Amino acid sequence: MTLEDGVPGEAFTIQSIGDSGLKQRLMTMGLIPGTRIEVLRSAPFGDPMAIRIRSYNLALRREDAAKISVQKIS
Amino acid sequence: MSMLAVALTGNPNTGKSTIFNQLTGARQKIGNWPGVTVDKKVGYLNYKDRDISVVDLPGTYSINARSPEEEIVINFLMNNKMDIVVDVVDSSNLERNLFLTIQLMEKGIPLLVDLNMQDEAKRRGMSVSATKLSELLGMPVVETTARSSDSIRTLLDVFTTEVMERYQPSEMIREHIAHIEEICRSGKPQEAIEEDVIAARYALIDTIVSQAVTVNNLGPTKSEKIDSYLANGILAPVIFLLILYAVFQITFTWIGQPIADALDDLISGPVTEGAAELLEAAGVSEWLQSLLVDGVIAGVGAVLTFVPLIFILFFCLSFLDGTGYMARVAFITDPLMRRLGLTGKGVMPLMMGFGCGVPAIMGARALDSEKDRMISILVTPFLTCGAKLPIMALFAAMFFPENAANVVFLMYIIGVVMAVVMAKVFGSTIFKDKGSTFLLELPPYRMPEMKTVLLETWEKGKGYLVKAGTIIFVASVFIWFLSNYNMSGPVEEMGDSFLASLGGAVCALFAFHGFDTWEAGAAVISGILAKETVVSTIGVLYGVAGEIDADEAAEAAQTFLNSGMGAAFTSLSAFSFMVFSQLYTPCVTALGTIKKEAGGWKWMGFSAVYMFAVAWLVSLLVYQIGRLMGF
Repeated sequence: MTLEDGVPGEAFTIQSIGDSGLKQRLMTMGLIPGTRIEVLRSAPFGDPMAIRIRSYNLALRREDAAKISVQKIS
Repeated sequence: MSMLAVALTGNPNTGKSTIFNQLTGARQKIGNWPGVTVDKKVGYLNYKDRDISVVDLPGTYSINARSPEEEIVINFLMNNKMDIVVDVVDSSNLERNLFLTIQLMEKGIPLLVDLNMQDEAKRRGMSVSATKLSELLGMPVVETTARSSDSIRTLLDVFTTEVMERYQPSEMIREHIAHIEEICRSGKPQEAIEEDVIAARYALIDTIVSQAVTVNNLGPTKSEKIDSYLANGILAPVIFLLILYAVFQITFTWIGQPIADALDDLISGPVTEGAAELLEAAGVSEWLQSLLVDGVIAGVGAVLTFVPLIFILFFCLSFLDGTGYMARVAFITDPLMRRLGLTGKGVMPLMMGFGCGVPAIMGARALDSEKDRMISILVTPFLTCGAKLPIMALFAAMFFPENAANVVFLMYIIGVVMAVVMAKVFGSTIFKDKGSTFLLELPPYRMPEMKTVLLETWEKGKGYLVKAGTIIFVASVFIWFLSNYNMSGPVEEMGDSFLASLGGAVCALFAFHGFDTWEAGAAVISGILAKETVVSTIGVLYGVAGEIDADEAAEAAQTFLNSGMGAAFTSLSAFSFMVFSQLYTPCVTALGTIKKEAGGWKWMGFSAVYMFAVAWLVSLLVYQIGRLMGF
């Protein structure tokens, strides 16, 4: 699954990040395969979404979240 | 002893600016880095008989030279020999902050790591060991809490006693650097190499953090609780609108406008009269008196009255920015803004456009894709800035006395609609292939530090004051000259002046708009110099002296109606003129800012011409359709 499908409150481990113009910026911000992500909330119309990663909060658009494959931590 | 050279570097939202302001106070010099519009701040201080210079480098997450800020940081540090480079780190967010630290160390830059916001980290159940971190990096580490003066003294003590040459990167860092070099030699494609390097840095960071940080509590933080109201559900946009409303009320009703009115009374009353008497008494020749009183004082005075509004608006926005709320505004408005062809990060710069387009265009710097930045710059001037408001207020009061407020509001709407339409057009034509991105840190909510808010307000406001002051000064003198002279020298009647001839030439363009009088043409020309002068030019041309305020529009309107102006316009042609004024070419100050921010004469010229064309076309349609409908 991808991060786009994440629901607030769920936690995931990043598996891979698909190629896009944003890939290196995402990695620089700490989104590395193996890193834990928690979905915090969505903006009022469902997009963008806020995630918690490496003890800070980051907002990104769902279309970019769709490029991040994740595995759910149960 | 020679001056001690210190540079501050670090991520955004780490309290770096607060530390800089605490260190240097108001003794700062703000300039530009060569070739880019990023502020360069340098401050000076003296501590224990030691002269210290501090340069505040732009806050960046990395130094990959992907943005002008990142390029500045790395170029500055590679090309200047600093005695101490301080890396300000947010202790409550150590992992991501260490990325820049590691990157700088890879470049061989010795660092003094400043563990800032230790108090905040403790509140969030995190404890960072400075000794351990220092040992792991091989670099000195200090602990600070940005607000306290003790922290600043600690920092200064370290600055003056520490000798960076004593420190060597730790064994672990040296191994990391060797590992990075290995990756670079692997012969993989460039992209893959860079990604491997980033991953290697975070692997190192994970090791460091696991040894230097202990985490006790993982409950929701205070910021997350606040966010469940301010950035969540239907309540978020409601609160945003309330805050926005409050900012506008503070600026235009409660605090800003009363001060502006008082200033206006002072300038148009005692100052003008005093200056006139003084010049008279000094025996200054009549033309010079006229130039100084009718030209300079009237022109510059008109702009000075906007200064309180601008300062109060900037204060509110700087304050909100300091709390971290602006990031939430971008977050909650992005879906709407994106549909309009813009981005959530662009909301606040655009909002400023209702005050003045100049800071609004400058504010577009904060947008991270070129597409978003350019579109924002190109459409911002359509909005009704503070200087267009008097035009709208006066015309509405004159020709639509029953519905004045609604007509003015309609003009605001027309401005917004045109901005949105053109944003869509540019987004799908000129900038079609450029992507728009949105990646934004939501920093913890913090109470902004007043000194920082005030300094920021002053910096931005001063910029406006200087720019507007110089250009308006020149423009006032120019308009005065145009309206008082022609080829054969001074004129008695303004109808014989250069301005009248120019207005006469320009008004041919408006043959089908209903306002093809030379007076209207002259007003349009003067509006390109400064929108403030449209009403005053009309006033002078129709022989109605004195200042016209938005507040006193109703009174002024009566005076104007009794002049020749009442007959020169019909309701429809007045409406068409208002639409034109709302949309046409921005003032020279705004054009100058566009040139600087968009990067060249080409974009400046493009703005000037396309906005004129849009305004010409829309006001033509308004007039002709209005006529067909029988108005």
